[in-house]
Amino acid sequence: MRTLTDLSRPVPRPEPATQADDTPTSPRQAPPHDSATLHVTGRARYLDDQPAPANALHVAVGLSRVAHGRLTRLGLDAVRRAPGVVDVITVVDIPGHTDVGPVFPGDPLLADAEVRYAGQPLFAVAATDFTSARRAVALAEIEIDALPARLDPVAAAEAEEWVRPPHVQQRGDWQRALDDAPHRLEAHQFVGGQEHFYLEGQACLALPNEDDGVTVHTSSQHPSEVQKLVAEVLAIPFHAVTVEVRRMGGGFGGKETQAAPWACLAALLARRTGRAVRLRLPRGDDMRATGKRHPFHNRYRLGFDDAGVLQGGDITVIGDCGHSPDLSEAIVDRAMFHADNAYSLGQARVTGIPARTHMPSNTAFRGFGGPQGMMIVERAMDDIARHLGEDPLTIRKRNLYRPEHDVTHYGQRVEQIGLLHELVSQLEASSDYWARRSAIRAYNASSPVLKKGLALTPVKFGISFTAKHLNQAGALLHVYTDGSVMINHGGTEMGQGLHTKVGQVVARELGLENAAVRISATRTDKVPNTSPTAASSGADLNGMAARNAAMQIRERLFDFAAEHYRLDREAMCLENGELVTGHGEGERRIAWGDLVQAAYLGRVSLSATGFYATPLIHYDRASGQGRPFYYYAYGAAVSEVVVDTLSGEHRVSRVDILHDVGDSLNPAIDLGQIEGGFIQGMGWLTSEELKWDDTGRLTSDGPATYKIPTIGDTPPDFRVALLEGHPNSQASLYRSKAVGEPPFMLAISVWSALRDALASLADYRLSPALDTPATPERVLFAAQALRQATATETSHA
Amino acid sequence: MIEFYLNGEAQRCASLAPETSVLELLRTVLQRTGTKEGCASGDCGACTVAIGMPDQTGGLRYHSTNACITPAHQLQGCHLVTVEGLARGDALHPVQAAMVDCHASQCGFCTPGIVMSLFTLHEGRREGRRDALAPLDDARLEATLGGNLCRCTGYRPIRDAARRLDRYPDVRPLWADDAALADNVTALNAELESDGYAMPRTLAALHEVRRQRPRARLVAGATDLWLETTQRLEAFEDVIDISRVAELQAIDETPDGWWIGASVAYTRLEPLLETAYPAFARMLQRLGSAQIRNRGTLGGNIANASPIGDTPPVLLALGARLALEGPDGARELPLEAFFLDYKRTALAPGEFIRAIFLPRPAGDQRLEVWKLSKRREDDISAVLGAFAWQEQAGRLHGVRLAFGGMAATPRRAEAAEAALEGQPPDAAAFDAARQALARDFQPLDDVRGSAAYRQLAAANLLERLRLTLTHHSPREVCLDAYAH
Repeated sequence: MRTLTDLSRPVPRPEPATQADDTPTSPRQAPPHDSATLHVTGRARYLDDQPAPANALHVAVGLSRVAHGRLTRLGLDAVRRAPGVVDVITVVDIPGHTDVGPVFPGDPLLADAEVRYAGQPLFAVAATDFTSARRAVALAEIEIDALPARLDPVAAAEAEEWVRPPHVQQRGDWQRALDDAPHRLEAHQFVGGQEHFYLEGQACLALPNEDDGVTVHTSSQHPSEVQKLVAEVLAIPFHAVTVEVRRMGGGFGGKETQAAPWACLAALLARRTGRAVRLRLPRGDDMRATGKRHPFHNRYRLGFDDAGVLQGGDITVIGDCGHSPDLSEAIVDRAMFHADNAYSLGQARVTGIPARTHMPSNTAFRGFGGPQGMMIVERAMDDIARHLGEDPLTIRKRNLYRPEHDVTHYGQRVEQIGLLHELVSQLEASSDYWARRSAIRAYNASSPVLKKGLALTPVKFGISFTAKHLNQAGALLHVYTDGSVMINHGGTEMGQGLHTKVGQVVARELGLENAAVRISATRTDKVPNTSPTAASSGADLNGMAARNAAMQIRERLFDFAAEHYRLDREAMCLENGELVTGHGEGERRIAWGDLVQAAYLGRVSLSATGFYATPLIHYDRASGQGRPFYYYAYGAAVSEVVVDTLSGEHRVSRVDILHDVGDSLNPAIDLGQIEGGFIQGMGWLTSEELKWDDTGRLTSDGPATYKIPTIGDTPPDFRVALLEGHPNSQASLYRSKAVGEPPFMLAISVWSALRDALASLADYRLSPALDTPATPERVLFAAQALRQATATETSHA
Repeated sequence: MIEFYLNGEAQRCASLAPETSVLELLRTVLQRTGTKEGCASGDCGACTVAIGMPDQTGGLRYHSTNACITPAHQLQGCHLVTVEGLARGDALHPVQAAMVDCHASQCGFCTPGIVMSLFTLHEGRREGRRDALAPLDDARLEATLGGNLCRCTGYRPIRDAARRLDRYPDVRPLWADDAALADNVTALNAELESDGYAMPRTLAALHEVRRQRPRARLVAGATDLWLETTQRLEAFEDVIDISRVAELQAIDETPDGWWIGASVAYTRLEPLLETAYPAFARMLQRLGSAQIRNRGTLGGNIANASPIGDTPPVLLALGARLALEGPDGARELPLEAFFLDYKRTALAPGEFIRAIFLPRPAGDQRLEVWKLSKRREDDISAVLGAFAWQEQAGRLHGVRLAFGGMAATPRRAEAAEAALEGQPPDAAAFDAARQALARDFQPLDDVRGSAAYRQLAAANLLERLRLTLTHHSPREVCLDAYAH
């Protein structure tokens, strides 16, 4: 029998000569990503790398160039006659459902009579090669009678053009609290959207089966939903569709619902032609056709006392949802759930309006509305500080949730308040906030053009899907007779290291090396009815399901060993590749491989399904009250920036982060999520600007015009640490916490630091409006406005 | 038929369409899918590969390029190295090992491109040295990776991986053992014979092929032209590649300055500019990415006549001249006479740019070049200002203020120049210059900036100039100087 060390043959690699710099953020203290070696050698296969039969067809999709109108003619004769073209489909060719809305209807797979956004798919072409398909698309004769396009979500909200009804969360008498407060402020802000810019665009490969079914390989965060929608579009049972996801080249929410339409088109063309069909969107089509992070227009009216402590008030968040509901109801809800961030609002009302516009249907993106909601209260914190002449950190600390003020506007009690305060205090000290504050004030007083800014902002982020039923997961575990272990679960790998973490869980439960456990592709025929890998929940849910499966196997093996070897069951454990029982001279050790072999011969099932459902959570939409989150994840960041007030250019020079992941499952992976989330958030708030022309066409439709951060934007001084000594207060997976989304919002500290630098132009007495993204242009105009306001003040003095 | 080496193995590819890219050749024809397509426009770096070309020492010199916009025919007589070609059997290359150890890949899709950029950086540090690698310079590291987008990691672990490379044994790819490789590659470096794609080696041959094929498109670095095929799906029926015309590759020094061949890539200009015009050299580090600078040319940047090309304003400020050649002979032209209107130039039919004359700096001439863009690296200018002047007896002379992004062509701000010429660099003169700028330019709104921003930012660059002239160090008044 092979020994376990043979099971996974790691590629030998040279060892670094020293490990002297193994500081807390250094590598080598946790298992690497399970595909790391495949990534760096080019062997990791993404969707478009998978071999397909030689006669496979390639699809290109014809998109509308008009934002709103009536489709009066779709002339496709020239398309059909074009070289290499095998099949062309429009909406009339769809045998089953033509609507692929994931939760609520509203997303036509191909446009029917009405066109609702520029970029909407109208028809699809399958040809013998990709270029022929794309060239054929350009030959279509498309006539659309243009109708007025609604591009402004605020106007849409006023006209009651909603994709879903508005929602209200309210606690106490907000109006009275506002009226009675010694101070009142109000402001509005625009928070821009964000293109996902996953490096691997939307892609899939559909293979027709012998029995009228179809196998779909897709780059999707939600294979079960792809399965459902493909089956409904083809009008076949779900069991005739198998969906497989090996890995994604990035997802970030952009492949939660919006990978499915492409899979449906490919599957339909595969069924019609009987040939394998590949579909991948060229970058420009991807950016035009798919939804993005919702832009938000937020307003606050808040009252506070002389110390800057909030008494109550009113917050409204308007999400630009685009043309259909998609996930927008839950996204606007989550913006509302986070309009308090880590602060007690007092007696408050929060209203969310999901506005309908003639835009692509905006969708999930890391944070899922939470970041946009937090922005309004962080704006208020800065504004209150300037109003009272206090440091913004002082105001933030006074408003943190605290004993007696520990219930949110939606009625959930905030746990781990002590952790929140300790985390902020630790970071305040470790970042040397106050000494740097003094130094920055001195620098700004004498620097004519360059101004520095500093800000500490906290994050409190609720963990759980707010759609309760999604908080479940399944797993399938097999132990083979050589002792090797295969685990499948419902989660998908998009780079976040989920498979690595779940593999660690199984290895830990079975007392094996990580290399003894393998995870293969996520498949709907292995684990059914899964939830999307989203809401930061991947490890929490799927790790628990895998653990549940592993524990069943362990119990079966213990039962078997107790009887077969006549051992004391009570004292049994699995560790270091052995079953161990007894103590001292009575100790017995049985190698894992021998145990498994014996159990197989003893006719013990070595396969188990695991399941998990998150306890305790509930939310009542009618009253806007409940406990939607199992727990909160916390963090805080201090960012320092330098602003060139003549050009608006700015740079983040130093960032200190302290983040709460409970007891970390894998510190290296968690650090990667924190740093990567922070930089992605920084891009959202600074350089990533979605631009549309007056007719509703996206003009920032490629990386030449849409600028995500590059290596030079990473702060030269970047100090990231995990909060130690605070396991999750809830019984989560080994007391860990979710880490995918919460760190994204740490980047709000960059935006606040930019406002701080700008405020120096008015001696910190005025609070500059700064919509996002805070491009050099916006920063320059904010600086200009402050200079003019100060000059006016002086001239009136 | 093109002949080249791929990861040490000889390759011959026949009947490739002229517009075929290296990426299409790799992924579709050769089924090597390790190299990824992220954007097909040369902006994300996921498709980065290394191209080894014979150098004067008889070895191969490697540079990074975006495979998506590199013409496949340009591989003729080269050694193409991809991510599949680095590991030595099971042993990872130091770049790969460091990336794994530093947890520098998450989704992994950008990783092959990053590995290849780091590979060229690593190979570059080897050049001219026998035992040790040249020390790693952080600015060089950022310049190398500025064109490799990663959406997952935030780059910190990638930076750490690069800094740790020296701790690994210098495992080299198997093909590095092949002593004959450079000679074999060089032996292929003959005339390319291919339908629809001509690659002349001499100016005379270029004239001849242009005469025969007057409608063929000229290509050098292809960093812009190839977007017409990857984005707009053009099929090029006939291409004349000028990237290997010896005369267009030359840099000739004269007592007055330098004649720079039209197809000299930006990277080759770096040493010259660092000495002659450091401000120009600093801006060059922000032109495109390393992959673009390795292929893109000064001649292409000028002939393209984009209003937002980065080098034309600098060349205008410096009084550059062009040598043009065509069927009716050769002529010289000041650069400002070249740009007629949006994307329209003074080139006559059949005419091309042979060389660009860069004047030697006068003793007391000064130059500042300031580029404003949304992102510092690998971004196109919203506004670029290039200012040349001399200061004598407290007065400004020879003032040349040129801007990109402010008009339909790169242009000098003549009214603003007049406002400063002969004046002391005081507030009054610069107030007048800023007001004159509004007469010089009526910029447009576009995706990179509004007209109002361009107008204000351009005027503020003059204020920045005033401050640098009045005893403020650049570190005090210019973010780029402060931070880099």
